[in-house]
Formats: sequence, structure tokens, C-alpha cells
Amino acid sequence: MMEKRDLKGWLYLLPAMLFLGVFMVYPLVDVFIYSFEEEFNFASQSFKGYGLNNYSFVLRDPFFMQAVKNTFILVIITVPLSTAIALLISLGLSSIKPLKRLFQTLYFLPYVTNTLAVGLVFMILFKKTPVSDGLVNVLIKWFGGEAVDFIDGPYWAKMLVMCVYTIWVVMPFKILILTSALASVNEDYYKAAKMDGTSKLRTFRKITLPMISPMIFYLVITGFIGAFKAYSDAVALFGTNLNAAEMNTIVGYVYDVLYTDGGGYPSYASAAAIILFVIVLTITVINLLVSRKHVHY
Amino acid sequence: MSNKNNGRTANALFKTGVYFGLIVWALIVLFPFYWMLLTSVKSYGAYNAESVPAFFTLTPTFENYVYAFTEVPLAKYFLNTLIYTLVTTFLMVVVTVLAAFAFARLNFRGKNLMFTLFLALMMIPYELVIITNFVTIKKLGMDNTFSGLILPSVTSVFYIYLLRENFAQIPDQLYYAAKVDGTTDLKYLRRVMMPISKPTIVTIVILKIIECWNSYVWPRLITSDQNFYLVSNGIQKIREEGFGRENIPAMMAAVVVVSVPLIVLFLVFHKRIMEGVSRGGIKG
Amino acid sequence: MKVVLENLTKKFPGRSKKDPGVTAVNNFNIEIPDGKLIGLLGPSGCGKSTALNLLSGLLAPTSGKIYFGDEDVTDVQPEKRGIGLVFQNYALYPHLTVIENILFPLENLKGDEKLSRDEMMKKAMEAAKLVQIESLLSRKPKELSGGQQQRVAIARALVKMPRLLLLDEPLSNLDARLRLQTREEISRIQKETGITTIFVTHDQEEAMSISDLIIVTKDGVIQQVGKPQDVYDNPTNLFVAEFLGTPQINTFEGEIRDNKLYIGDEAVLNIKGAENQKVYVAVRPEAFIPAENGPLSCKFKALEVMGRDISVVFSSEFSDRKALRAIIGADVKVEPKDGVVRFFVRSQKTEVFNRDTKERVYYEEA
Repeated sequence: MMEKRDLKGWLYLLPAMLFLGVFMVYPLVDVFIYSFEEEFNFASQSFKGYGLNNYSFVLRDPFFMQAVKNTFILVIITVPLSTAIALLISLGLSSIKPLKRLFQTLYFLPYVTNTLAVGLVFMILFKKTPVSDGLVNVLIKWFGGEAVDFIDGPYWAKMLVMCVYTIWVVMPFKILILTSALASVNEDYYKAAKMDGTSKLRTFRKITLPMISPMIFYLVITGFIGAFKAYSDAVALFGTNLNAAEMNTIVGYVYDVLYTDGGGYPSYASAAAIILFVIVLTITVINLLVSRKHVHY
Repeated sequence: MSNKNNGRTANALFKTGVYFGLIVWALIVLFPFYWMLLTSVKSYGAYNAESVPAFFTLTPTFENYVYAFTEVPLAKYFLNTLIYTLVTTFLMVVVTVLAAFAFARLNFRGKNLMFTLFLALMMIPYELVIITNFVTIKKLGMDNTFSGLILPSVTSVFYIYLLRENFAQIPDQLYYAAKVDGTTDLKYLRRVMMPISKPTIVTIVILKIIECWNSYVWPRLITSDQNFYLVSNGIQKIREEGFGRENIPAMMAAVVVVSVPLIVLFLVFHKRIMEGVSRGGIKG
Repeated sequence: MKVVLENLTKKFPGRSKKDPGVTAVNNFNIEIPDGKLIGLLGPSGCGKSTALNLLSGLLAPTSGKIYFGDEDVTDVQPEKRGIGLVFQNYALYPHLTVIENILFPLENLKGDEKLSRDEMMKKAMEAAKLVQIESLLSRKPKELSGGQQQRVAIARALVKMPRLLLLDEPLSNLDARLRLQTREEISRIQKETGITTIFVTHDQEEAMSISDLIIVTKDGVIQQVGKPQDVYDNPTNLFVAEFLGTPQINTFEGEIRDNKLYIGDEAVLNIKGAENQKVYVAVRPEAFIPAENGPLSCKFKALEVMGRDISVVFSSEFSDRKALRAIIGADVKVEPKDGVVRFFVRSQKTEVFNRDTKERVYYEEA
């Protein structure tokens, strides 16, 4: 009777285990093996031996280094900036009553939209064509600036659009999390602070910030992880040939080597993916260590 | 007295500032949507004649929508995405409900160990497993098929976890009551647990639909045949090869068509979606 | 249908080597007669609910047998036993209406037992009528009061006309007024249907008031089985004596010496037929007769007037309890002198238990 019961539990679990086993656990093991298999040939499914050549190839590949550089710049700019702006907006939201729900709902809209589709809109807003400078450039000129081609122009301009779009995309999630974090701070603390005549700024620094600090750190950590995986926003803005546009990301590099007409190079892709994983893991661990010192719960 | 007045003025000023800031952000959020809608109803000639883009148009046209459906196989992409989304979501629900039920309700040896393993899988980044999946699907000859698109996208450990937590909150007594009444486990799951957990199931269904509708990376890797393109790949294709010439209004029409289903879904279910996302704390 | 338990035992294994586990039901042997209302009574954590779960089949016993009539049901699945079970928190399906809840068990019937929709509806309506909830059929459980939920739960348990109805703490989630009303209701429904009914409770008053038979348990062991009044009048051990009755029986340390029952140095009763031994003397509150020359002297604490009766609160150096109680008629005068009140005790309501075994010591009044 006991054994029949065991069987039943496993039976219900079977579909999930099959899917996860084939598409999650097995690949996880396999990706490490791939990354050490040298000169893997997709057509014949053969390789010459095991070694670190794939890693050294990837690390010496200028396209990979470009991708690493782009990704790091993107991460360093967008994560702190988006978190700070989101905090500011959430504070604004939590200080008002009328229209609050409306604003909250509006702000969340970008979360559900197709990154590729809206990316195209950003592209045409920033693009400079022979006919028109595009809306953003028109604005720049109004303020007496010089028109720049943000899509096919200088590196800094392209990086700027990339950052702007990334921030626009990640904002809904951050605002949502921070608004609910702020809403969960017990009103009594604020009442008590008011009784003591605490100024708004001091209340924020001494009460609000410590209370929501776990959520802020959570957002920073997920923000780092998310930004390191940036890819489709870049595709939306600059097209699929990201290497040519000098705007590739690490994830983009992985897919590009994987997806070439000859069948791709899964070994290089695996090595690059593992390097990415190690970078993300290291940064997450550092983040956790820092947060343990500074988060008040 | 004057002190009090000062306080009130300062407060009013502060509030005005806050509203101003919030409205500015609302404009930044909404503007791209407005712009895509606006551009999609400008005629090709009119759009390309504007050296300074116009903020509105007095002569809206729907010809771009006609182009979007006739000159590129947008309808095909749309249908593909619909099939992909529905089948994937359906399979996900079946697999997730069964697994969540096993973890929440059934007792069997090895359950706790298995659950821990499942949780550990939540931390594995997609990018790490996609490479082997790509090779697996190609080896099986399932590239450019719906099975190849769908199968690796079915399971989400996170949803299993979310639903298990929800199932676990249903009191044991209901299960025993049903047992005494002669209800089988499967019927109990269908007639009692699923209806009680309907809000959570609806939430994960919507989140999965959004995820499917927006998926780009996997379909791009696995489909080279346009007949199996999803909307994201379709959009990219339109951008690069487009309408024979760079027809931005028509491109925007396609973008509008692709975006509308999700926006409608959002307008109907925004409460559910926001609640689900903030409860799960998941990053899209 | 009569129910027989034969050497029924349920052990829960310990979680570690040090933890020996718990024997929640220890060697139960009872024959429960057909068509009666039985109260399974004991303090919390004494294994009552485990016993109920064994009867329902939700738990399998470690050893022993359960017979329903002449049929051995020990290994029979819950749904095949023909029982109705009402849970302490009612366990109504929150997403179904009252009538859907009642119909639920009927919809599970298969094969020969399968009913047509009309038959199901007829049976459900009969059950609803029996518990008087006909006007609530389309409501959801959360729109009902606790008492109404209780009735729905009973209707759901009764709709299949079970051979045995089990109720787990049926009154504990109700407020005091509803409790009185509902226990009459349970008694009425049981009499109308004639179904053998066992209900679990930790409240002795509840069990005493409606049961045809009570089973008193403690730590997984049956202490005594009998009609409520019999058990109350003739407890077999100190635990049963102290557990039944409110206010609680008053226990003193005492001794039997040469056909006299002593509390301290005072002989409170002359007795015969009992050996010399150290004992506990348990005196029901109504067995005290205040008198200036009474042999039992106690420290007076307070008088509580409760209309018909007076409750005298006192303490004694021979009792662990801080407050002892005597109930006397309101017309009797109690006049403590120097903080001391003296009593005679009646032998009919004074029980004696061996100090070591706590088993009853039988005696006759001399």
C-alpha cells in the first residue's frame, strides 16, 4: 500500500521531471562538457579532445571583448540609474492619493509589451535619416544642440540610446516592487516621526530607506543579473548584426556563435555562456556580501 | 498662524512638484505608444516628406495596416504565435498543476529531496541551457517545427513553486472530507483544488502568455523558415527586409498589430498581472 | 449498526532515535451498540481524533481490528466504509454553494450506486431539510454563520445515509449560546435518523448532556465506558472523577485507618470493607454540608451567590488546589469563624482512590 502511494506521487511529477530533465538538467551538464570539447564539428558531431582552447579562443576574440565592454558599461550605467529613478517615482507615487492607481497601472504598461516591437519605435525616434533628423534630434536642435545619428553614429550615442531604452524597459518592474515595499511600511512609524517633529528628508533617510533596503538590494541584484543578460533590446535598436554595429552583448555573442549558417559553434557558445555565468555569479555574491553589511534586516 | 500658512503653501508646492514629475514620467511611458500609433496612420508619402516630424495628423490612413497584412506574412506570424502561445501555456498548466499537486498534497518517498532539487533549478540561467537545447532540437530534426518551438518552453519551475505554495494553503480537512466521500485524487484536484486556486492559476496563465508572446531568442535560433516565425522574429524580419523599401509607417502598423493583444490583455487583467509579478518578484 | 474495536492500537513513530514516538490509541477494546449517540471524551491530545480517523479509515491502525456489524473493515478504504465525517472546522468546499457541497459525495458514486440527477437532488434536499437549512441552499459557505456551516457539514455527511456518523469536536467552533442549541440539534438529528453516531469532545459537559454512552480516554487509554450518569457517580479512577463534573470534584490527601476515613487528623467518615491505605478523597461540590461541628475544617476564602445556589470557596492544607468549592442551597447559612469553615461530607458523593494506583477504593458507610 505504501509503495503504491509512492508510485502515485512520482506519476504526478513525471511530466515535469521529463521536461526539466531533458531541457534543463541534461543541458546543464552538457554545456560544461561542450565547453571543453575542442574543435567540435556540428555536421559529424565529432571533436578532437578535451581542453581549454574554447575558453582561450573566446577570450581572445575581439568581438567577445567588445561585447563584454558593452555589457559592463550598460550594467554600470543602467542599474544604479534605473533603481534611483524608480525610487524617486515610487516615493512620489506613495505621497499622493488621487490618481495613484491610474499612474501605477500606466507605469506598468511597458512590462507587458513586446521588447522588439517597442524597440523599433525607439529606433525611429532616435534615428537620423537623409530626410529627417528624427524627433529626438529635433528636440536637441531646439535647445541649440547638434543633431547626432544615435543608431548608426558614434559609439557613445549608440550606447546612450541603449541605456535609455534599457531603463525604460526595466522601470515598470522596479517601480512596482518599490511601491509595494513602500506601502508595506507601517504607517505608525511615520506618525511617530511626525509627533517627534522629524523633517521629511530625515524621515526618509532614517525610517523609509532602512525599512525598504532589503527590496532595494533585491532590485539591485536582479537588476545586475537582468542587465548582464541584455540582448533583445540591442537587437531591436541596432538589428541582428550587432557585431558590425559594435553594440553586441555577451548573450548576443553566445547566440551569434551558436547561430551561423554552418551549424554554429556550440563549444565556443558554451565557453562564453559559462564565462557569463561566472561573472554574474561573482557579482551576485559580492552584492549579497555587501547587502549583508548594509541591509537592516 | 502665518507659520501654519507657510506650511500649507510649502505642502501645496511639494504636491504640485510631485504631480508634475509623475505626469512627466507618464508621458515618457506613453509617448512611444502614441508615436507608434501616430506613425502607423501617416501615409508613406506624408511621413517621408516631414523633415520635422508632425505630432499629429489630420489625414489618418489605414493603408499601412493593409500593407502590413498583404506585403509581409504578418497574419501568418500572428497565427504561429497564437498556436505557440496557446499550446505552450496549456501544456505548462497541465504539467505545473500535476507537479504542484504532488508536492503540496501527496506523500511519497523522496518528495522533499525532489522539491529541493526543483528549487535549485530556479537559479539556473536560461542562457546556460539554451545551447544544448539548440543542439538537441537540431539533432532530433525538430528545428522549424512547432514541437521544437514549444517543448523546451513548457516548464517553469517558478510557476510550480508558486502554485504549490497556493495549494499548500488549502486546509487538509477538505482533502480528508473528499476522501471520506470517495473522491479520487484527480477529481479532488480538478473539482476542489483547482477552483479554489483559480486566481493563482489565472495569474500564471497570463504571465506565461505574455512570456510566450514576447519570446524572441529561442524562436530565432530554432526557426529559419519564415513559415514558423513568431511575431518577434517577424518584426525583426520586417525591419531588415521589410517592405522592399524602408517603409516606416507600415512597420509601425505591424508593431501596433503585434502590441495590441498584450495591451488588451493588460487592460483587462492589470490587477492580476501586477499582483502576480509583485508577489513572485519575477523579472520579465 | 454496532461497532466493535478489538485491541485497536495506533503508534506514531518518533522523529529521531531519542524520540520514542507516541501511542495515540492504545489497545482499545469496546463494543459500541447500534443506534446510539456516543461521546468520546478526553482532554486535548489524548488520542480522540486519532481514534476517529481510525474509524473513518483515514489512518490505518498499527494493530487490532475494527468491525462494523460483523464485517471486518480494518483494511477497507474510507469511501467504502459507509461513514459520514464532520470536521472540526467543517471543511466545506469554499467555492461550492451549500447545495453543491451536499451533492458532492453523491456525485462520487459509481457503478450500481450511481444516481440520476433527480435522485441526487431529492436526497440532498432531504438532508438539507433534516438539518433545517432549506433556505440557504444557494449561498456560499463564507456567507453562513458558524452554526449554519455546521448544519451544512452535517447534511453533507448524512446525505449518503452512512452506517456510522463521526463528528470531530462538533461544537468547539461555536459561541456559547449556539453550542447549547446545536448540541440539542445533534441529539435530535441522531434520534430522527437512528444512525450510530460518535462525537469527539474535550468538553465533559457537552458529552454528558447528550450522549447515550460516554467513553473517557486519557493518553490513548480508555479509562471508563458507560452511561453519563453512571460514570459520573461511579468513576473508576481519580482521573475520571476529576475530569467529569463542573465545578470540579475536590480532591484531598487522606488515609483509611481502622475503618475510618481521615483527611488530616480528622475522621470525616466511618466506613467498612476497605483496607488501611493512603488515599485521595474526592468530594463532589454538592456533597459538603456546612456545620459548626463538622469534622473537616478548611480555610474560608469567599462566598459566591448564584441565585439558586451558593458556592463556598475555600482551601485546605491537604489539597494542592488553591480554590476548592462547595455548592449548597441558598437557604443554608454559612458562617465562617476566624476564617475557618467546617463541613460534614456525604458518603454517596465522596469517592476514595488509592494514593499510588489512583484506582477506586470501594467502601461502605458504616
